[in-house]
Amino acid sequence: MSEIDLQVKLGNLTLKNPVLLASGTVGYGNEISQFTDLSKIGAIITKSVSLKPRKGNPPQRIVETASGMLNAIGLANVGLEVFVKEKIPFLKEIQSTIICNIAASSIEEYVECTKVLDHEDEIKGFEINVSCPNVKEGGLEFGNNLTAVGKITEKVRAVTNKPIIIKLSPNVARISEFAKVAKDEGADAVSAINTLVGTAFDIWTGKPKIYNVTGGLSGPAIKPVALAKVLEISRNVDIPIIGVGGIMNWKDAVEFMIAGATAIQIGTVNFINPQAGIEIIEGLKNYCKQKEITSLAEIIASYKLPS
Amino acid sequence: MINEKIIVQSLEKLQPNIYLMKAKAPVIASQVKPSQFCNIKVSDNDFPLLRRPFSVCDVQGDSIFFMFDVHGEGTRILSEKMIGDEIEVLGPLGNGFNYNKKFNKALIIAGGLGVAPFPFLTKVLIDKVEIVSLIGGRNKNYVVKYGLKNVSVATDDGSEGYKGTVLDLLEANKESLIDDGTIIFSCGPTPMLKALQKFAEQNNVECQLSTECAMACGFGICQGCPVHSSTEDKYLLVCKDGPVFDSKEIVL
Repeated sequence: MSEIDLQVKLGNLTLKNPVLLASGTVGYGNEISQFTDLSKIGAIITKSVSLKPRKGNPPQRIVETASGMLNAIGLANVGLEVFVKEKIPFLKEIQSTIICNIAASSIEEYVECTKVLDHEDEIKGFEINVSCPNVKEGGLEFGNNLTAVGKITEKVRAVTNKPIIIKLSPNVARISEFAKVAKDEGADAVSAINTLVGTAFDIWTGKPKIYNVTGGLSGPAIKPVALAKVLEISRNVDIPIIGVGGIMNWKDAVEFMIAGATAIQIGTVNFINPQAGIEIIEGLKNYCKQKEITSLAEIIASYKLPS
Repeated sequence: MINEKIIVQSLEKLQPNIYLMKAKAPVIASQVKPSQFCNIKVSDNDFPLLRRPFSVCDVQGDSIFFMFDVHGEGTRILSEKMIGDEIEVLGPLGNGFNYNKKFNKALIIAGGLGVAPFPFLTKVLIDKVEIVSLIGGRNKNYVVKYGLKNVSVATDDGSEGYKGTVLDLLEANKESLIDDGTIIFSCGPTPMLKALQKFAEQNNVECQLSTECAMACGFGICQGCPVHSSTEDKYLLVCKDGPVFDSKEIVL
């Protein structure tokens, strides 16, 4: 049997395999590179970058919940200037495809960040974060507003020819409508889903366990929700989907691809098993062998629904 | 730093609810420094989901020790491990105590399970400087003297040693405990560390605090464990910039 082809395409960007490391779960690559070979990964999506540095939220920022975790980091990041000066040089060294996640509190800020980063050869594409649940301005305010998501996509599209991925919020009634708007305004792909808004209380003090009161739920707890959202988009909109939400292993990854994902992102699992990405890539190869298929593309949206 | 499969060699009860685990971990044992920590995957499935951070308590040859009390699902699972069980452990993580300087007395101040990093520190410093240990606990069942030297005890209810907090004990004896060459090494609950920060400032003594915070990854990517810097308007991370900080470096 010939070599198994794991390549996938997102717009004009070809990735050597469909396994991406999700934004906010790998920083800017340097820490996790001590535990895993990032050059083998399909692409790395950087921690959200905003125009100015952001301090992030006070502690407590995270809490474990049943089969998941809540986080409210608050987009803590070094800001555009330091990112370009100090983080991109390292990202160059790791020989992986770099997609830059951009967060902003205004349409102008998204455009400004994209413009500056468009000149950086090392950045191969952009993931536009319109769905962070943990910041006041921007984030969800955009993420559940169809007009805003359309506007942001249109304006960012106007300043770059690199692939644009819109990271969608699950905290909406019809996610496929947002995917449709993103496609119509020129996005190359969508990531589905960002975290779900959740909270947890200390029963003895009555206080929320997270300083921000609510946080974003991630981990295996949200996988069924994410799968349903991916399926909804897949059935209604013709746009490449990057499935994300609770993927822990290669079986989860396959499930997302069957539901319609062209590629997948892993997030929370990086905190627990920094080698997960590489293990998933190996698992996908073995799956193809067992299924006797030569290209992973054959399983994308291969769902068989009751007629 | 490695994700090492360690093998449980013994699990001993030091107090009704406090355990000491010894495990074979050649790589981590050869690298770890006092008050560095490991992030432990307590089960081999996805429940509980996150790893649990524990200070390395002691090192003997190619074995490392962890001290813990059972206070949740993760520590309950750990307390039920059998000899020969394999556990996935990420470590050593963070920065340990800074003792590579000139000083002549290590004053250890620990509260509750905050004693965990000190058997190892004691072992490293024993032939170099004088060591005095002040440890505090709720009552005598929360006092663990394992691996410590020259120990004075304070308990909240007076069931062992001095009745009061470890800070009260320190304050009452500060003239004899502190001189020019003293460094305080401390670990314990945040209110205790906060009080100690103040004490160190008032008495002009160097003080290193080993802090703790809920975290997911333990090596800087989740950004879940911030502690505010006292010199700049920014957060440091307990896992990567700490867990040990100079008491002047952070705002608790």
